[in-house]
Amino acid sequence: MTAVLDVDRVSVAFAGRQILDEVSFSINRGEFTGLIGSNGVGKTTLLRAILGLQRIDAGEIRVNGEPLAKRASSIGYVPQKVVLDPDVPMRARDFVALGLDAQRYGLPRRTKQQRALVEELLRDVDAARFADSRVGSLSGGEQQRVLIAHALVSQPSLLLLDEPLANLDPKSVQEVVALLHHVAVEHHVAVLLSAHEMNALLPVMDRIVYLTGGRAASGTTDEVVRSDVLSALYGQHVDVLKLHGRVLVVAEPGQDMKDIPEHSTLTVT
Amino acid sequence: MHVALVIGAVAAVVSAVVGVFTVVRGQSFAGHALTDVATTGGSGAFVLNISPLSGFLGAAIFGAGAMELVGVQRVRGRDLATGVVLGAATGLAALFLFLDTTRFATTGATQTILFGSIFTVASSTIPTVAVFSAATIAVIAVIYRPLLLSSFSADLAAARGISLRTVGLLFMLALAVSVGLSSIAIGSVLSTALLIGPAAAALRVTRSLAGALALACGLGVATVWLGVLLAYDSFYWFPNSQGLPVSSFIVALIFAAYLLSGLPVLRRRGERGRTAHGARELSRVGTA
Repeated sequence: MTAVLDVDRVSVAFAGRQILDEVSFSINRGEFTGLIGSNGVGKTTLLRAILGLQRIDAGEIRVNGEPLAKRASSIGYVPQKVVLDPDVPMRARDFVALGLDAQRYGLPRRTKQQRALVEELLRDVDAARFADSRVGSLSGGEQQRVLIAHALVSQPSLLLLDEPLANLDPKSVQEVVALLHHVAVEHHVAVLLSAHEMNALLPVMDRIVYLTGGRAASGTTDEVVRSDVLSALYGQHVDVLKLHGRVLVVAEPGQDMKDIPEHSTLTVT
Repeated sequence: MHVALVIGAVAAVVSAVVGVFTVVRGQSFAGHALTDVATTGGSGAFVLNISPLSGFLGAAIFGAGAMELVGVQRVRGRDLATGVVLGAATGLAALFLFLDTTRFATTGATQTILFGSIFTVASSTIPTVAVFSAATIAVIAVIYRPLLLSSFSADLAAARGISLRTVGLLFMLALAVSVGLSSIAIGSVLSTALLIGPAAAALRVTRSLAGALALACGLGVATVWLGVLLAYDSFYWFPNSQGLPVSSFIVALIFAAYLLSGLPVLRRRGERGRTAHGARELSRVGTA
């Protein structure tokens, strides 16, 4: 079975920095993958490279076995910040429908099946109740659901989300994670989302790609989130503590901790 | 009279369609800048002794191309590029208008260029106007979906392989033609009103983009025709039989339409989905 996404020794450098250094991993259909790393470590760069928006200096990225050119239709993308103007008359339903074929030329002509698909997706992401409201007037969480539906309506094989959990309260985080897990399973879509905190994803993550200092370790959480693996990745000794189903990555006192995502968190939720 | 109604209606429809997207994309400043560039073209046309329509269209198209080439994708860069081109064009227009009125003694050239003279437009311009307007509407129809998505989010559009440069350039050209056409009808300075006014009013009231396009067209044509009729009639209002300019009537009517669109009952209709949703949200919280 061809992997949906194959990142093969990808390197990217700009602004005098090696952002990504021979990063490699694969994702299969229906798998839920978390791209974990602290802010500024290169998660967005990697996602943009997968989308073809960022030039890569070395390596190859294949989606369903195909290189860059054919990528557009098989990836659904939910960017981190989308500003939707409340003064523009576009209903959530219409915005989702736009996801069907926004790149095609000519006036839109939706078939009955397409409209039914839009309705089904709106229900699936629990956005049916505000489907007729202007997208710009929805709350952040509601807009996020609409954006997810918009990305899914073209039936991609891979769904990319850039920091969807940032700035959300814990309850909303749980809801979004549950929704994305449901999407991965029900729609048989590979979900790849970036986050700087892995604990919320532990219950549903099939695979983790742990990114730091331009290098990545990938595998199941049991394979990757271990003291020896992460110490090798960080280039300094770190301890991985597992407590109450949560993970804590702790550096020794006096060590440089700025790149470690969880060094300051002790979640009790 | 018939020429005025036809030219006016066509200019109104094209302006409405392009205007809706202009407002949605936040490019009203670029639209206004193009009207100033069109002024240069119109005044230059008198100096060069070519038709005003050619002057308006040629200058606007050239200006749009220049703005796209000089400008960058970032909003701020676009603003600066627009301002730079605007300054240059206006300076040139000042020179041409000076030449028009002093050296060539063309009576009323300034009035015609800036504020239009729809009753004196030659019927020979109708074929050119028809071709350009059909082409503009066709371009908008063709790039409709990519244009719409890129207006919302450059990221989403780029991720789908939409060429933002191509779509942006084609839209600017459509904007240029629209400005050129309405400059013939109501003058370059006032063509901003026909571009933005009906579109802005329609966007406040409707809930779908198609609805906004339809309503903007309707408002545009209605205000132009009513303006023409009122101006025609105004010849009989005053003892010296001079009449008042068409453009003033049209712009006043557009302004009135915009004010009306702000009426609470109409605004609520435009946002109805949200209000209903808001009420449901409140009831949900109440029972939680």
